[in-house]
Amino acid sequence: MEWFKRKPAPPPTERKEIPDGLWTKCNSCGEIIYVRELEKDLWVCRTCSFHFRIRSTDYMDILLDADSFTEYDVGLLSLDPLQFKDSKKYPDRIAEARKKTGRNDAVIAGIGAIDGRQVSFAIMDFSFVGGSMGSVVGEKIARAIERSLDRQVPLIIVSCSGGARMQEGILSLLQMAKTSGLLARLSETKIPYISVLTNPTTAGVMASYASLGDVIIAEPGALLGFAGRRVIEQTIGQKLPENFQTSEFFKDHGFLDKIVHRHELRKTVALLLDYLSQ
Amino acid sequence: MAAGGFYLEFEKPIIELEKKIREMKEFSSGGGVELNSEIISLERKLEKLQSEIFSKLSRWQRVQLARHPKRPYTLDYIQLIFSDFLEIHGDRGYADDKAVICGFGKLEGEKVLIVGQQKGRDTKQKLERNFGMMHPEGYRKALRLMRTAARFGRPIVIFIDTPGAFPGVEAEERGQAEAIARNILEMFKLQVPIVIIIIGEGASGGALGIGIGDKVMMLENSWYSVISPEGCAAILWRDNAKAPDAAEALKLSAPDLMQLKVIDKILPEPTGGAHRNHQLAAQIIKGELLVSLEELKQLSTEELLRRRLEKFRAIGIYDEI
Ligand SMILES: [Zn+2]
Repeated sequence: MEWFKRKPAPPPTERKEIPDGLWTKCNSCGEIIYVRELEKDLWVCRTCSFHFRIRSTDYMDILLDADSFTEYDVGLLSLDPLQFKDSKKYPDRIAEARKKTGRNDAVIAGIGAIDGRQVSFAIMDFSFVGGSMGSVVGEKIARAIERSLDRQVPLIIVSCSGGARMQEGILSLLQMAKTSGLLARLSETKIPYISVLTNPTTAGVMASYASLGDVIIAEPGALLGFAGRRVIEQTIGQKLPENFQTSEFFKDHGFLDKIVHRHELRKTVALLLDYLSQ
Repeated sequence: MAAGGFYLEFEKPIIELEKKIREMKEFSSGGGVELNSEIISLERKLEKLQSEIFSKLSRWQRVQLARHPKRPYTLDYIQLIFSDFLEIHGDRGYADDKAVICGFGKLEGEKVLIVGQQKGRDTKQKLERNFGMMHPEGYRKALRLMRTAARFGRPIVIFIDTPGAFPGVEAEERGQAEAIARNILEMFKLQVPIVIIIIGEGASGGALGIGIGDKVMMLENSWYSVISPEGCAAILWRDNAKAPDAAEALKLSAPDLMQLKVIDKILPEPTGGAHRNHQLAAQIIKGELLVSLEELKQLSTEELLRRRLEKFRAIGIYDEI
C-alpha cells in the first residue's frame, strides 16, 4: 500500500459513508466508478485502493461463512442514566440513530463461523452515534468475550468507533475497564483474540479492547489513534506530520501487526485462526 | 499565578471574613471584652458562611476546587502519610515520565507501592511534571513497578490527579492507546490489593490507565469523568466556555459517581476543601487506607481478583427486553 504513504486518506468526516446511485466518485483519486462494480470489489477503488467505509453487515458478509451468524443480545437498549442534554436530548439522539440504522445500538454481536470454524464475533457500526461506546456497547462486547470463554471459541472484534460515548459519562469510560478485565481472563487461556481495526478506531475503544488482540490487523488508510487530531494540534501548536494516525503510521511505530487489504481480509483472518487455534 | 494569595471567586467572602477576624484578633491582643465577643460572633458567622457555601457546591465549583493551585498533590500526601519513601524511576524502555511518581513507602510500618500523578506548583514544576499528563512511558513505568510490587507481595496505593493522558504526536508514536489498554488489562491480574484514591482530577483514559483496583474512592471535591468539561464543551457545544454546563451534564462529582455505583466511597475533605488543611486531608486518607488494606488483606488472592473483575464487570446502566 505504498500509495497511502504519499497521500494520506482524507479524514473520515469528509467521506461519504455509503455511495448511492449508479455512479460514484472515489473520495481519494476522484475516479468515477460504477457502483455495481464497486460493490463487487467490496467497496475498494480499483484505481487507488481507497477503502470506502461500509456497513457492519457488509463486513459480516465478507468475513463470515454464509448464513452462519446468529445474533445475540439484540434486546439490550441504552437508557439515559445522566439525563444528558446538549443540543439534543440523549434519548432523542438514540431514537434517531435507531431509526436511521434499524439497529438498537452501535454493535452487533453473536456466533458465526469462518471456514467452518466457530467464532464469537462482534462488529461496531460507525453510523450509530459514531460507533461510540456506552453501557450497551460495553455490555455486548463483554458478553461476546464471555461467549468465547464459555464455548472455547476464538474471539473476533471488528472495531469502528470514535471512542467512549460522552452522553453516558463515567459509565462509558468504565466500559473500557469492563471489557479489558474480561480480556485479561481470556489472555490466560489458549483462546485467540483477533482485533480488526477499521476506519476510524480511536480514543476509548482504541485504548481498550481494540489494542488488546493477540493479533491486531487494520484496513489500509484507517484513522487510528488515541487523542483527536484537533486536540493535538491545539496542544502542540504545530501541524501534524503527514500520514499521522493512519494504519501505516501505527504499523511503522510497532503498534499494528499487519495492514490487510479488504480483499485479503477473510483469508488472513482464517489463516490466523488456523495458526492460533488449538 | 502565585498560589499564596490565590482564591476562587466563591471563596472570596470566606477569605475576607477570615482576614477581618485575624485583624481584630491582632488589634485586641491587649484584651477587651467587647472586642472578644465580636470576634466570637464573627467566627460563628464564618462557620455558618462556610457551611452555607460548601453545602451546595455546584459541580463546576467542585471542578475548580479539584484544580485549586493550593490543593495537596501526590507528593504532599506521600510526605504526610508514609515514612521511608523511596522513589523509583523509569520504564526501562524509553524514559522516566515525571508526570507520575512511583516508589515504595511505609504506611504505619506496612510496606506498599505508591503510584500517583504529580502536578507542579510553579511554572517550572508544572512544565517538569507536564501538568500531570502522562506519556506512554509513564503508564509503562507504573505497570513495571506495580508488577514488581505484586511479585514481592506489596499492596498498591494509587493517587489519581490528572487532566488527561498527554495528547501529542510523540505520545501517539509511542502508543498512548496501547499503553493505557495494556495497563487496564494487566491491573486485573496483579495479585495484591490495590486501593485507588482520586485526589483531584480524574480525566478519562489518562486516569483509568492507573485506575483499576479493589477499592476506588474519591475525595469529596475531586472529579472523575469520561472527558474533561472543557473537552466535552468543545465537542458537544463547540465552545470551551461552556465547560460549566458540560460539568453539570457529565455528572462528574463524587456524589454523582456514588449514585451511579462506580465508586466505593467518598472521603470527606476538611472544611473549605483539602487545600485549607493538607494535614487533615492526609489524615483522613491515611485512616481510610489503613482500614481498606486491612480489609482486603483478609481475602485470598483468588477471591481478591474475582471480586476486582466482578466490580468492574457490573458497571453500566441499560435496559434489556
Ligand atoms: Zn480511487
